[in-house]
Amino acid sequence: MEDQSTNKAPATFSRPDWPHNTWYVAAYDVEVGRSLLPRTIAGRRLVLYRQLDGKAVALEDACWHRLVPLSVGWLDGDQVVCGYHGLKYNAAGRCTFMPSQGTVNPSARVTSYPVVEQDRFVWVWTGDPALADPNRVPDLYWNDHSEWTGDGEVLHVDCNYKLVVDNLMDLTHETYVHSSSLGNAAVAETPFEVHHDPNGIRVTRWMLDIDAPPFWAQQLEWRFGQLPGRVDRWQIIDFRPPSTITIDVGVAHAGTGAQGGDRSQGVNAVVIDTMTPETEKSCHYFWSLTRNYSIRDQRITTLLRTGNAAVFAEDVAMLSAQQRAIDQHPDKDFYNLNIDAGAMWARRLIERMVDAEIEVSAGGSGEEPVASDRAARK
Amino acid sequence: MSARVRTVQTAAAGVRSFDIVPEGGARTYAPGSHINVSVLISDEPDVRSYSLVGRLPVNGAYRIAVKRLPDSRGGSAYMSTLQPGAHLMITEPASHFELQFGHPEYLLLAGGIGITPLVGMAEALNRGSAPFRLAYAGRSRSEMPFVEQLAAMLGERLDLFVSDEGRRVDLLTEIGQLHPDGELYVCGPVRMRNAAFRAWADQGREAVRMRFETFASGGRRPSRAFVVRVDELGVEVAVPENRSMLEALRDAGVEVMWDCLRGECGLCAVPVLAADGDIDHRDVFLSVEQQAQGAVICTCVSRVVGGGITIGAGLRSDLAPRRP
Repeated sequence: MEDQSTNKAPATFSRPDWPHNTWYVAAYDVEVGRSLLPRTIAGRRLVLYRQLDGKAVALEDACWHRLVPLSVGWLDGDQVVCGYHGLKYNAAGRCTFMPSQGTVNPSARVTSYPVVEQDRFVWVWTGDPALADPNRVPDLYWNDHSEWTGDGEVLHVDCNYKLVVDNLMDLTHETYVHSSSLGNAAVAETPFEVHHDPNGIRVTRWMLDIDAPPFWAQQLEWRFGQLPGRVDRWQIIDFRPPSTITIDVGVAHAGTGAQGGDRSQGVNAVVIDTMTPETEKSCHYFWSLTRNYSIRDQRITTLLRTGNAAVFAEDVAMLSAQQRAIDQHPDKDFYNLNIDAGAMWARRLIERMVDAEIEVSAGGSGEEPVASDRAARK
Repeated sequence: MSARVRTVQTAAAGVRSFDIVPEGGARTYAPGSHINVSVLISDEPDVRSYSLVGRLPVNGAYRIAVKRLPDSRGGSAYMSTLQPGAHLMITEPASHFELQFGHPEYLLLAGGIGITPLVGMAEALNRGSAPFRLAYAGRSRSEMPFVEQLAAMLGERLDLFVSDEGRRVDLLTEIGQLHPDGELYVCGPVRMRNAAFRAWADQGREAVRMRFETFASGGRRPSRAFVVRVDELGVEVAVPENRSMLEALRDAGVEVMWDCLRGECGLCAVPVLAADGDIDHRDVFLSVEQQAQGAVICTCVSRVVGGGITIGAGLRSDLAPRRP
């Protein structure tokens, strides 16, 4: 942490790549149902399903008996039946049935991970269950709110989750990666500000009196019925460790006061991005594009989701190529540019979370200084 | 992994606590975890499991507490010889008795030295918001470790039942007060565990919500020497009071199968052909009905009081396929 010359830990002390005492999105709400969904979250193999009352459950995906994946078994009411010898587990992970004997071995269990469903995501906690406070789930209210609408997807990306964090914390890449939709020269030419506190990082970029890029010109036309002239454009990126990023983006007719707080002559969207490490070289990337204009127009919702999916496919191609190049150059390190400030701050907060867990393991106090996310927002 | 005894303290009459520092320092563990310790029993290496006391390591050490038992199989006698500075081999903490969070209420029930895994559970629950109580039973206050520490931490949530002082735990009442979806964690003698089983079942509570640890428990009756006969082999094996039937059979060269050594898995169970004494079933593999029938015995933990037993060893000489 003190050594600022490199963003990698010294080879002699390899820090774990992600914290466990945090909530990670395991699935979109629509992915989890009355069937068994296997998914690797933060290196742990989980099986997800819903109880008859709709409550989501996450169990370790390996039978206590012979380690067969429970996900190849089936559901019996609220319980999972192992497909090999019929051992049955309840939602708490306790074995409730063993074949050919009158009792159940009291040691028989699989881990049941704490689950919270909020803002259309199923969140799980892979760390110390005693610390699993539902108030610490990042507040992504735009995804489930009467004044907002939108939709998204989950992407499986063959890269370390922090490469996606880097990508989202610096939108300069829009000029180059997304030149046909979002990017134009103004993004790369305009300076930005970075603010930080112990619980988050904010990167703000205002581009005043510029030509609207194609995507945003279209949005203004949909809302106001005609193509705009010059616009004021904003990108306000909020990072919450370890891997949730929300981006408040929009454009307004130039000079109508958007920067001062009056966005009535513009269009405003919030892009929700939350990444869940799968392995050190792969992650699940959950996103949603939400907006607070024309919210009853389902056509726009569909067009935005499919349009954004195409934009993110450009990122996925770039990020997986980057991960391959990193693997092909194990002796090389990153160099950093000024534009990486937001990403560097984000990585520092991730490292602090990981280090706090290492200190606890080494006999520290076990107390967590991290503030409640909802409390921090108020 | 290699470890060193840092301190030895008297925790109660007949109970010593040991702070054991593993190479590289202790790591955090789930409440209810134990470590396995390599011990010497009659100069033979063996393994004993001891619950970790407290929610967190103590300055980089694992704390265990061991009661010197007169009818011990030898583990507690060996442990009582250890002095500060002694070296020993231990395993990383593991748990068969995990405290699960998120339930509406908890009752912890300890009998004597069975308090050890429940101290960390009480500390963990004390940090949360769910209501809980610790009912701690023992013969006399002087023999009950950690009473003062628990009283200071828990206040009225600790209820002591000291039989010397005329207070005995009434399980139907204790369990009856618990929330219908609450959980019970029991560690104590087999008599207490069986009483808790019955009270739990009588109230129609879901079996999986009663959690228990098995290795701290003795039997209903004190351990005595007895004799086991294996007719197929024509052998008669003496089981000393400090050896298990399984160990005695192995020592005598009888082929037996086993795994958990805690009376849980049922791999060591053998048929009882005859018994001229009372069988003290100490396992949790057989159901209460099966134990009452007495047709099967788990040799790793169960014993015979006042007599001998004849078992089947599952041996046959005609199993190899032969040309007719």
